[in-house]
Amino acid sequence: MTGGRAAGSVEAVFREERGRLLAMLVRQFGDLDLAEDVTSDAIEAALERWPVDGVPSTPVAWLLTTARRKAVDRLRRDKAYAARLAIMHVEARQLVPAAPEGETDDIPDERLRLFFTCCHPALSIEVQTALTLRCLAGLSTAEVARAFLVPEATMAQRIVRAKRKISGTRIPFRVPEADELAGRLPGVLRIVYLIFTEGYAASAGEDLVRADLTAEAIRLARILHQLLPAEPEVSGLLALLLLVDARSAARVDAAGELVSLEDQDRGLWDADYIAEGRDLVVTALCGPRSGPYALQAAIAAVHAEAADIATTDWPQVVALYDVLARVSPSPVVELNRAVAVAMRDGPQAGLTALDALDANALRGYHLLPAARADLLRRLGRTAEAATAYRAALELAGNERERAFLHKRLANL
Amino acid sequence: MKYMLLIIGTQDADPLTAEAGQGLMEAFMAYHKAVCDAGIMVDSNVLDSFETATSVQVGKTGERIVTDGPFAETREYLGGYYILDLPDLDTAIDWAARCPGARAGRVEVRPIQDFDPS
Repeated sequence: MTGGRAAGSVEAVFREERGRLLAMLVRQFGDLDLAEDVTSDAIEAALERWPVDGVPSTPVAWLLTTARRKAVDRLRRDKAYAARLAIMHVEARQLVPAAPEGETDDIPDERLRLFFTCCHPALSIEVQTALTLRCLAGLSTAEVARAFLVPEATMAQRIVRAKRKISGTRIPFRVPEADELAGRLPGVLRIVYLIFTEGYAASAGEDLVRADLTAEAIRLARILHQLLPAEPEVSGLLALLLLVDARSAARVDAAGELVSLEDQDRGLWDADYIAEGRDLVVTALCGPRSGPYALQAAIAAVHAEAADIATTDWPQVVALYDVLARVSPSPVVELNRAVAVAMRDGPQAGLTALDALDANALRGYHLLPAARADLLRRLGRTAEAATAYRAALELAGNERERAFLHKRLANL
Repeated sequence: MKYMLLIIGTQDADPLTAEAGQGLMEAFMAYHKAVCDAGIMVDSNVLDSFETATSVQVGKTGERIVTDGPFAETREYLGGYYILDLPDLDTAIDWAARCPGARAGRVEVRPIQDFDPS
């Protein structure tokens, strides 16, 4: 009994605090590999000791002290490794004051550094995502592999290579200075956003929503928001994720089929997420220049405020897309804007807007023919709609999205 | 830690006008001075035109294969390099971004392996 409970609390503590522990240890020893190893060692020790001795009053401090001791042991055993670390990180180590031992609150939060290391632009996007999930969300390599539908061995190799690049090229473990933060922060936010979108509309596989990934992305966005509360785009990203995820229960029906925004039961939308998201949007839009996440969140908030599709403030949605297209021009933004125009001015106007888009830039993107099909269907141009649905089906990779398109095609 | 900044150009890039060539030369001289002033310079050289390259391979039976031109199939060529002593990759990326070669072509940043067993 006690053993089970202790093991449970180790897991809970570990999951919540693994990133903090890891970040502290990387800061102190300057080596991600060593830090990961001793973090795991400390957890193992906790799984052994806590059922016998009871859970310590400050579990994180216990884990940190244990991990540190193990790191020092290891460096004593492996003199060559220690010497290499000492040479490589002599400056860094001089900067680190002896870490306090005691209450969790006394332990400085070094996770922001870890975010910037994991999301360093010198690493590939896949690697940045994998490292962020592993180091900051606390997922195991097996879980990260499952999240991206690749074999565990492939993911393990990818992570080993990434760690080699981090230590071999000396990707620093630091928060960019104020003047470079504007250049680097979007890269970090993008990774969290990508984790969310992969969870929200899985590009492959059977399930439309992979709740594990959306939940991890929200957790990561919360951590970032806690670390950088004054950055409007961090608030904007968290708001966006909450407002979009609020719809998840209504987005898939009992049979697992996709439900369009138009047909969703808005009573199923998560009121708490919406309230939190709306508050965050307000702060995110306060700055002198609104960023792309804040603007997308504002659009999601307009949807959240409406009782149904008919009473949605479409002029406001189009106006926000206009700003978004200026701040962060992209063919996908233009496509979404065209769909909003259709809702504001009717399907014919939407079709005209779609025709004005650069089809080349959207080649291979299934939502372009899907949007066209929907407008043609509304206009009663059945044959053309069918052709467009078929074109969308050729491109859609997610089974649920394909089923939705098939159903629309059959109902023409 | 030492990093090599490889300055890479493209063979079929449009030839520079005399004015632009002069501008590039001046930009490189200013960059070179900045590198020296910062006290990070280890070594630097400009290579002669890629048309002067000779490639040498030794086959399995020891025969020499000498061919005209650079190895790569790509249209890219190595134009020169800097070896700089810098604390970390971010600093190396900053110096690479300041290098005029990053505007004319691209600059590849490679850490130099340290085989010192200590």
